[in-house]
Amino acid sequence: MTDMTVTNARSGGLSKIALRWILYILLGIFALYYLMPLFVMLTTSLKSLDEIRTGSLVALPRDVTFDAWRTAWSGACTGIQCEGLQPYFWNSVLIAVPAVMISTLLGAMNGYVVAQWRFKGANIIFSLMLFGCFIPFQVVLLPMATTLGKLGLAGTIPGLIFVHVVYGLGFTTLFFRNYYVTIPQELVKAAKVDGAGFFRIFWSIFLPLSLPIIVVTVIWQFTQIWNDFLFGVSFSQAGTQPITVALNNIVNSTTGVKEYNVDMAAAIIAALPTLLVYVVAGKYFIRGLTAGSVKG
Amino acid sequence: MAPILDIKNLKKNYGSTEILKDINVSIEPGDFLVLVGPSGCGKSTLLNCIAGLEPITGGSISIAGQDMTEVSPKDRNIAMVFQSYALYPTMSVAKNITFGMKVRGVDQATQDKKLQEVAAQLQIEQLLNRRPGQLSGGQRQRVAMGRALVRDPALFLFDEPLSNLDAKLRVEMRTEIKKLHQNLNASMVYVTHDQIEAMTLATKIVVMKGGVIQQIGSPAEIYNRPANLFVADFMGSPAMNLIPAKTRANGGATEIVIDRPAAEPLVLKDTQNANLPADVILGLRPEDIAEAGYRSGDNVQTADCMVEMVEPAGADTYVVSHLGGKQVTARLHAETTATPGAALPMAFDLSKVSYFAPETGARLN
Repeated sequence: MTDMTVTNARSGGLSKIALRWILYILLGIFALYYLMPLFVMLTTSLKSLDEIRTGSLVALPRDVTFDAWRTAWSGACTGIQCEGLQPYFWNSVLIAVPAVMISTLLGAMNGYVVAQWRFKGANIIFSLMLFGCFIPFQVVLLPMATTLGKLGLAGTIPGLIFVHVVYGLGFTTLFFRNYYVTIPQELVKAAKVDGAGFFRIFWSIFLPLSLPIIVVTVIWQFTQIWNDFLFGVSFSQAGTQPITVALNNIVNSTTGVKEYNVDMAAAIIAALPTLLVYVVAGKYFIRGLTAGSVKG
Repeated sequence: MAPILDIKNLKKNYGSTEILKDINVSIEPGDFLVLVGPSGCGKSTLLNCIAGLEPITGGSISIAGQDMTEVSPKDRNIAMVFQSYALYPTMSVAKNITFGMKVRGVDQATQDKKLQEVAAQLQIEQLLNRRPGQLSGGQRQRVAMGRALVRDPALFLFDEPLSNLDAKLRVEMRTEIKKLHQNLNASMVYVTHDQIEAMTLATKIVVMKGGVIQQIGSPAEIYNRPANLFVADFMGSPAMNLIPAKTRANGGATEIVIDRPAAEPLVLKDTQNANLPADVILGLRPEDIAEAGYRSGDNVQTADCMVEMVEPAGADTYVVSHLGGKQVTARLHAETTATPGAALPMAFDLSKVSYFAPETGARLN
């Protein structure tokens, strides 16, 4: 590689080098453009209100203060309550963690059935599930509200878990199905001859194979559920609202002076968990997306 | 002795497509049955039906005297080795081999004992803690066989187990499977599309085509007396020469007349077979045509033939000439002086000749 680059540069002369620099500069500009909002958010959240009012938007903070973060976490007012994001953050955790786990597990089972236990109409059922991925959420708001009411889950955290599990299933099934079709059917046959049943094969053979796709599914589902606003705002009530709804309330219900630094800090807090999931599991995410056949 | 495997009138349809039509096969304990045929002939489907992995449309299957038609695979007292080996990728070799016993609730001490026995038998003791991904093709093959052996079943099923190995290893493993069969005196059903594998391993061969059994017999019967043109052409390498010919009675013998390009027709005299129809297809194995002087016997006749091509193959030299509108391969000794474009006196040994009807392909003698 290195040799090739060197010879290319020599034979191409200056114009090649110039082109390369232009490319890097362009890419750098795009990267800066993309990172700018994050920069502004971070710096603003570390400034005092006075400094925001007097200073420039892009300037670094003169005095770094974490007051805004403290307020956002435990003191900011959402309407009449002034407890900050804290309780809503834990609401979101209580919703997202079980919903991600249940939908991933069910998706794995569905995928396993659709991919490896072919039955009459398997394709139709899979297509219908796939179709479920593309139903706009607005369409299901009213029927879901009725269903939740009938189940006695309206306005509760289990209710929100239920909603997210139901609407996550299409995607999780798709992920696992596409992963499991690459596993040779002979594996199931061998296990059947060995005497293993449906669940035994799933637990002992398929699940241990599934780490890459589990990571992909968990990241996808966690991001979807954590960032969800529509279901959160529609199917929650005071006390069960997720963090996205609380963030909206903090930003929109300020009276008097707009506390930009608190808003920014709150937004970053709300975004941190998904960021964390990507950092921790990101390399598996790429690996899982590109994972082809399983080498036996 | 009661048959270890008895298949009666087995039928298998996928929707309206008939995959297997009226299959009847039975084997005795200790038999090595090979199902052979071109791809798509239904041989693997038949094996899957025997294993219980595919439901059957009609007929019955019994194993060791018990009707297994509706029984699930785990209760059929069988073990199976798959083409892709189908080793459980996340389990160690030891766990792969003991998985079946674990599922059936065999106690740990017995599991360990059997594992050691099988590992020693297959010489895979040093691999027991590895994962399948860390093994070579031949080693995986051994582990797959170990998984079957440990079961100690009434019937072993092999689904093209050697087709993923390279040529040299394939021959080695073939010998090992044959040894295994002899040592265990086990009953086996083996699917392959490789007719040499079929010939070398089998005590009994079933040749299939299009879901229909073409012939059942010992390797020698299949090779020497193929039941029809398909079997004649499929079994043996190079394939049997199938030459269109006319017959005429001449006293007690039959004269076989074969057209030749730019030469007098070749006339062979057959004293063994009479009452042949006027048009036949003559089947003669390449080894039944030799250079004149190298073969003797009552049924050997000599004629000059034009050599088209000479293919030295080490131990033998194959010589191709043109008879009856077909290329005809003769298997000559290695030191032959045959040269392309020159005539060579060749000896035709009719003692093992086959005749087939041109329209139906059925054997006539």
